[in-house]
Amino acid sequence: MKITTALKAVTTAGAFALMMSTAASAVTLQMHNGGDPGSLDPHKVSGDWENRVVGDYIEGLVTEDAGGNPIAGQAESWEISEDGTVYTFKLRDEAMWSDGTPVTAHDFVFAFQRLFDPATASDYAYLQYPIKNSAAINSGEITDFDQLGVKALDDKTVEITLEAATPFFLDALTHYTAFPVPKHLVEEHGDAWIEMENIAANGPYKIVEWLPGSYVRSEKNEDYYDAENVQIDEVYYHVLEDQAAALNRYRAGEFDILTDFPSDQYAWMQENIPGETHVEPFLGVYYYVINQEVEPFDDVRVREALSISILREVIGPDILGTGEIPAYGWVPPGTGNYVEEAYMPEWANMPYEERVARATELMTEAGYGPDNPLDLTLRYNTNDNHQRIAVAIAAMWEPIGVNVELFNSEVAVHYDALRAGDFQVGRAGWLLDYNDPSNTLDLLKTGIEQEGTMNWGNNYGRYSNEEFDALMADAATELDLEARGQILADAEAIAMDEFGAIPIYWYVSKNVVKPYISGFEDNAKDVHRTRWLSKTEE
Amino acid sequence: MPGITGKDQVLSTYADKLSVLDAPKGRSLTQDALRRLTRNKAAVLSIGMLVLIVLVAFIGPYFVPWGYSEVDWSNIRKPPNFEAQHYLGTDQNGRDMLARVLQGTQMSLIVAAVATLVSVFIGVIYGAVAGYFGGRVDAIMMRIVDVMYALPYILFVIILVVMFGRNPVLLFVGIGAIEWLTMARIVRGQTLTLKEREFVEAARASGAKPFTIILRHIVPNLTGPVVIYATLTIPEIIIAESFLSYLGLGVQEPQTSLGTLISAGAPVAEVMPWLLLAPAAVLVTMLFCLTYVGDGLRDALDPKDR
Amino acid sequence: MLSYAFRRVLSAIPIALIAVTVCFFILRLAPGGPFDGERALPPNVLANLRAHYNLDQPLINQYFIYVWRLLHGDLGPSMVIEGFSVSRLIAIGFPFTLTLALTAFVIATAIGVLAGMFAAVNQNKWPDYVLVLLVMVGVIIPNFLMAALLQLWFGVYLGWFPAGGWVTGSWMHLVLPVTVLAWPHAGRISRLMRGSMIEVLGSNYVRTARAKGLGERIVMARHAIKPALIPVVSYLGPGLSYLLTGSLAVEQVFGLPGIGKYFVTAALNRDYGIVLGTTILYMFIILALNLIVDLVYAWLDPKVRYR
Repeated sequence: MKITTALKAVTTAGAFALMMSTAASAVTLQMHNGGDPGSLDPHKVSGDWENRVVGDYIEGLVTEDAGGNPIAGQAESWEISEDGTVYTFKLRDEAMWSDGTPVTAHDFVFAFQRLFDPATASDYAYLQYPIKNSAAINSGEITDFDQLGVKALDDKTVEITLEAATPFFLDALTHYTAFPVPKHLVEEHGDAWIEMENIAANGPYKIVEWLPGSYVRSEKNEDYYDAENVQIDEVYYHVLEDQAAALNRYRAGEFDILTDFPSDQYAWMQENIPGETHVEPFLGVYYYVINQEVEPFDDVRVREALSISILREVIGPDILGTGEIPAYGWVPPGTGNYVEEAYMPEWANMPYEERVARATELMTEAGYGPDNPLDLTLRYNTNDNHQRIAVAIAAMWEPIGVNVELFNSEVAVHYDALRAGDFQVGRAGWLLDYNDPSNTLDLLKTGIEQEGTMNWGNNYGRYSNEEFDALMADAATELDLEARGQILADAEAIAMDEFGAIPIYWYVSKNVVKPYISGFEDNAKDVHRTRWLSKTEE
Repeated sequence: MPGITGKDQVLSTYADKLSVLDAPKGRSLTQDALRRLTRNKAAVLSIGMLVLIVLVAFIGPYFVPWGYSEVDWSNIRKPPNFEAQHYLGTDQNGRDMLARVLQGTQMSLIVAAVATLVSVFIGVIYGAVAGYFGGRVDAIMMRIVDVMYALPYILFVIILVVMFGRNPVLLFVGIGAIEWLTMARIVRGQTLTLKEREFVEAARASGAKPFTIILRHIVPNLTGPVVIYATLTIPEIIIAESFLSYLGLGVQEPQTSLGTLISAGAPVAEVMPWLLLAPAAVLVTMLFCLTYVGDGLRDALDPKDR
Repeated sequence: MLSYAFRRVLSAIPIALIAVTVCFFILRLAPGGPFDGERALPPNVLANLRAHYNLDQPLINQYFIYVWRLLHGDLGPSMVIEGFSVSRLIAIGFPFTLTLALTAFVIATAIGVLAGMFAAVNQNKWPDYVLVLLVMVGVIIPNFLMAALLQLWFGVYLGWFPAGGWVTGSWMHLVLPVTVLAWPHAGRISRLMRGSMIEVLGSNYVRTARAKGLGERIVMARHAIKPALIPVVSYLGPGLSYLLTGSLAVEQVFGLPGIGKYFVTAALNRDYGIVLGTTILYMFIILALNLIVDLVYAWLDPKVRYR
């Protein structure tokens, strides 16, 4: 029975697609999106590929323009209180779900409550913790949801109260964790509200089909308040994890946009399809984390030796080929609400040979040398790029007396091991969730004691420094942005001077866009909502 | 699962026939077989080629200026360059391809040997025991084989690799441990016939213990099919290894195997063809040769004259 | 015959159960779980997720829950793709894999049998060598390599066929993937056919038929082909099931939404539900195929009798 349904679905989809592509006026965008979304529910997703799909059919109070900056979304205006803790949003009159129901403030209240409800088990809920009482509700301390700092003053007004003034809060609201969900549908269908027959959209597109393993398809939402400016009628978000295969299909004209490409092809692409590759700085840091609960990595001399002997300039341009910029600090350049000068340690300007000499010296001081090499296991998750970098860095560590054994494993196993502290040195990466330095600096905060054990969260290396923690706490309550920026910079300096982790390079976003697509603006968040795009020929 | 490609089906048929027909009586099987083998030009050529490959793989590295994990920082991703002594070019980490291909061939050969030995060892003992004791023992043992056939072998290998870590030897013991299934079936079939033969009767009459009979009389007579199966399995194992490398479960850095090299070279075949051509050429040649040798052996050991 | 078939079906059930059990426990022994990702989940959230999927219960309980559901035809939820039950994912993906595998199967078997026959008849002459070489290319070149190369040459350079996907549902999307799947299969079948054909052609009763003065065509058609097909037939079962699972690389490279890749990616992602579900499906296919093959065997070779 199910097979017939499936086959029918396929043939209908096929026929429909044929119809759509032959219809003269329908403009279809073929976007390569990497993996399958795990869900279409904004409270259950956490990846950038899922963001592309979900962010096109649901819109929050605030949304992104083509440059990734927050602009008015479902809310047409808002006011912020003097002390910065109360935000009042006024919703548009025309804001509507695609099934005809108007979008109300209650949808937002309901959505936030659902986000923080421990039963929903949303893995990204912590992003909105600046909201009053949200952390407590999420951890189960408070069970009365009415205590949440999100209220509906009337049908069209949403009031959000924060724990403390948060400069990046508007930016955080563009994130899908702040999206509304149709209260009436979720109450009626529960988690099944995202099924094709139930789902409704309030954004520029509505999802009409999902064929797992192949694509998600969306169509323009005519009820959207800005529908007349939306130029693309239909979007396919294709699922294809093999990047080389994706590039082949792009070249064959089957894809209009690629959201990643194999670095090895970069030089070729620049020569043969110039102007189509977009490699831009992206807020994220690629780093090696050192387990400081294990000897001898608690010795700062060893950590320093490991860090300074890495020649980062070779990694982006040569090993990877896409020119990633070396990272010496912990906060990516271009991050908002921060100081002008990036952290740059003195040793970064030393010639490489001198650094190697100094590293060898440090290792000898720590008790390691050619007769007594340090045996180190370097873990990374299975991926060509991670492997190449690991091989290169292992070769850089050998001359200073370190014997490296490489160990790769699948993502799940890798992060499981990092979290459990079952490693010596491991690869990790962090893409910023919002445009603020606290997002990366939080990674180095001391863990929290819970039920007798330490929960280090994402601080895999178990780096702990009281001064650092104190500064971070100060920054959280500092209202003056400049002063706050300085406090955070001081914290960064402490952690980096102590080599709490080894940053390697700043991420770049990699996209390939056909020349007949316009409206694609490079931005540091790598967000390119389809409503801003247009296609001039087929 | 009957091996990843099911080539053993050839052998199952053969073994089934063996258990029904008699083996030729009279002249020495080996001499006869050798004679037939040497007349098969393709097989002889292939044996020569294989010997050459093995020699080059194990002795070659001593003559190559670069080590297989040595990084040449000034020559990253370069095509073949005789001046810098990178005769086959370098890879994305600046390592010499010639050295890596040699090491990869070594690894693939070792892997093939170990996995084959494991499958032969387990399969022969298991099949001989099942065939000799017959009855319920046989029924239960073969049932177990049936159950294992139905399981996806990939799953097992993944679990094995994950549980035991990325040790190449263990990994291929794992593959070998799956390939023994058909060997067991073949050996069982052959044993069923053999145990009715006079010399076995005689041994039993003289009071020899079952395991002695199995080891001393039955196993040595299994050489024919076992050798053929072993030769036909090697290509399967090499292909299986390359598939696992493609999934990221194969041999770990800094070592490499032909499969790893090919799966790394395939996606960049357009921009860096030298990464793919050498290991692919070696793999293809080896597999062709093994196939011809296997065929030749089978034809040579075939009891029917043509 | 019928009672034999019935008994086989009955005995398949304990085999299936054992296999499922073994799989279930082995899978859980591997480190890592479905919720270990780059971002640490708050502990209470993780606890909730695990409770939702019954992962917090003792392993034995989980096992019994699973078997109980299984007997009711419920394969459980997928842990990685929300909102889709395993049965639904398999139901959506299986037709694609089946279409792919069956098409490759039919084409490969036809080509393989014909090639094998032709090679056997011309044994050791140059058509034999050339043919064997051609079909062996398929076996020897790893399938992911062939897929990548074909995609590049025919999809990108020449543009004859779509480089991937299955959006419009037209058969053009199938050409390249089927070629990659069918070629090795044709290779093996042709070798089998060639070998057994040679046997049969040299056998006593064919000699007798020839001695009786029957034309070569009749000898072939009536006496040689049927028995020569026996080893081929016994390979059909495992062959088809291999095609079903071996389509992993093909589906990945060409972006086809089949279940081939579920076998592996689900295991790598520790999506227990999908791994077990596809294992069960695969098992039943093999057991069913083996039974069918045995029955066809009996039809082909009158000497075989099943009590």
